[in-house]
Amino acid sequence: MTSAVPGRPAGASGALPAGGAMRVMGSETEYGIHAPSAPGANATMMSARVIQAYAQVTRQRAAGGAETRWDYTDEEPLHDARGWTLERSQAEPAQLTDQPPVLDAEAVALAYGRQELESDGEDESGTLLMNMVLGNGARLYVDHAHPEYSSPEVTNPRAAVAWDAAGDLVALAAVRRLAADPELPPVNLYKNNTDNKSVSYGSHENYLMPRSVPFGDIVRGLTPFFVTRQIICGAGRVGMKQDGSRPGYQISQRADFFETEVGLETTIRRPIINTRDEPHATADKYRRLHVIIGDANLSQASNFLKFGTTAMVLSLIEAGLAPRLEVHEPVAALQAVSHDTSLTATVRLLDGRRITALDLQWIYYEAAAKHAQDTGVADAVDGDGHTHEVLERWSATLTELAGDRAAAATSVEWLAKLSLLDGYRERDGLDWGHARLGLVDLQWADIRPEKGLYYRLLARDRMQRIVDDAVIQRAVTEPPSDTRAFFRGRCVSRFGADVVGASWDSVIFDVPGRGRLQRVPTREPLRGTEALTGGLFARHREAGPFLAELLGLPPGS
Amino acid sequence: MAGQEQQQPQSRDTEVDEDVPAAPPAPAEGQASAATQGVDDLLDEIDGVLESNAEEFVRAFVQKGGQ
Repeated sequence: MTSAVPGRPAGASGALPAGGAMRVMGSETEYGIHAPSAPGANATMMSARVIQAYAQVTRQRAAGGAETRWDYTDEEPLHDARGWTLERSQAEPAQLTDQPPVLDAEAVALAYGRQELESDGEDESGTLLMNMVLGNGARLYVDHAHPEYSSPEVTNPRAAVAWDAAGDLVALAAVRRLAADPELPPVNLYKNNTDNKSVSYGSHENYLMPRSVPFGDIVRGLTPFFVTRQIICGAGRVGMKQDGSRPGYQISQRADFFETEVGLETTIRRPIINTRDEPHATADKYRRLHVIIGDANLSQASNFLKFGTTAMVLSLIEAGLAPRLEVHEPVAALQAVSHDTSLTATVRLLDGRRITALDLQWIYYEAAAKHAQDTGVADAVDGDGHTHEVLERWSATLTELAGDRAAAATSVEWLAKLSLLDGYRERDGLDWGHARLGLVDLQWADIRPEKGLYYRLLARDRMQRIVDDAVIQRAVTEPPSDTRAFFRGRCVSRFGADVVGASWDSVIFDVPGRGRLQRVPTREPLRGTEALTGGLFARHREAGPFLAELLGLPPGS
Repeated sequence: MAGQEQQQPQSRDTEVDEDVPAAPPAPAEGQASAATQGVDDLLDEIDGVLESNAEEFVRAFVQKGGQ
């Protein structure tokens, strides 16, 4: 094993402008999976087929085979940000995400039914492909019983929207491939977060932070923001309570599934603030804040605000400038906000004040805007190029939510969905318990443009676009240029045949003629960029000389 | 959905105020009929896209646990 870092130390180019919306970030989407013609099909097996199908797509695309196995060396799912590590014996099986992929996914599949696995698993070797690293730097894999796309690391909310939406196109390509296979049942994928029968699956965000920020400050600063953030980026849900048994409509897909304020779990007793501490980077410098409370967004404007406003609140927390207020019983408040589509309900603060979710968001907006102005990043011309737009959209959305809901419905996902549902309720006289409204909610999130109702609204320009379709299409195959995802993605698409594994912070080569595996660590998220490694890729078409120059090895063996 | 009558009728009126925002988007006077027409067109299109048996389709969408 060697220890070079792609790209030389880069001085000031290694840091992003502080104080605003720029930050290393990324998204994770677990898709709902359903085969209408095979209702009893095993979800883990179906999810594996989705991964296999995309592997077939990329094999066609890249001569070298643009698929790479996941390297589990640095997975630490039991490390708690509060400063301890959970004993393995105390962990839920679903928390052990650091096990080898085949064993892990098979074990999960076995837990759901051995017979199905044996009858379904036609793969002779028993090694189903459960993990891929894509040429755009993303990871596509089976997580529990869902296919999951984890976006490459990006540095700003606009790019977060683009590479998250690229994941929907990756999923779509897999769905199309399966639909074209006469041997297999067609599979539908849904970008939502619940089946309305008491099960929820996540859409997570990740934000890189300096480790020096005390975790308690993060909890205090983020909790009131997370309780109310849903009014600008909730995806909307038909049904109340975890099992959807109470008819109604609420702002958030996820709110009813949260049961505690702070914790390590992500599948049970879900916490508003998740403490999983896997930095996937130099551990004494960084923490990766793992946010599990968000809804999966199809609306680009909601997704943009979800990442942009959260990044700005983290900048406030880092500067010690987060609004000083505490919500009384945050879990109950989170659900009360979600259940109030009129946005008139108030949450109680510990100091006794009662305040609406809108007003609480305005408090965060004002603080974030002031800090961004003071640091200079908010300037429309001389700023960081992103913060200005986040602030503009944040204030415009809050204003519209209070006074012009029709305008807000072109950007705020829960309102867009609600306006469609209200159309049905009015035209057909349906009450909230009617199955057709449940179907509209579900089919809103179908990722096929001809079936997905979000996409039908987008096609009629009833939903705003943040990024052009061409930008999203490009993000399916191209990595971001300004993070280590560039190095990872380029290694996979250029040298796929010689890359035996990759993860967020490593790429492992097995080059003919070299006696051992070469593991290239990528523990600095802002290295391995196009600026630092583009020339290296331009100079070499073969992995051996490429590695030799990168690692300072003698050419050849 | 039949068979799913609720045990908590008292909270339906207070919390689920769907009646308040139920009115379709209320644009300026002159655009009102055009907007209504737009909604009608949209619903007509979506009628043709929705899966055919709503109740059965929604019931069959059962997921295993996730994060």
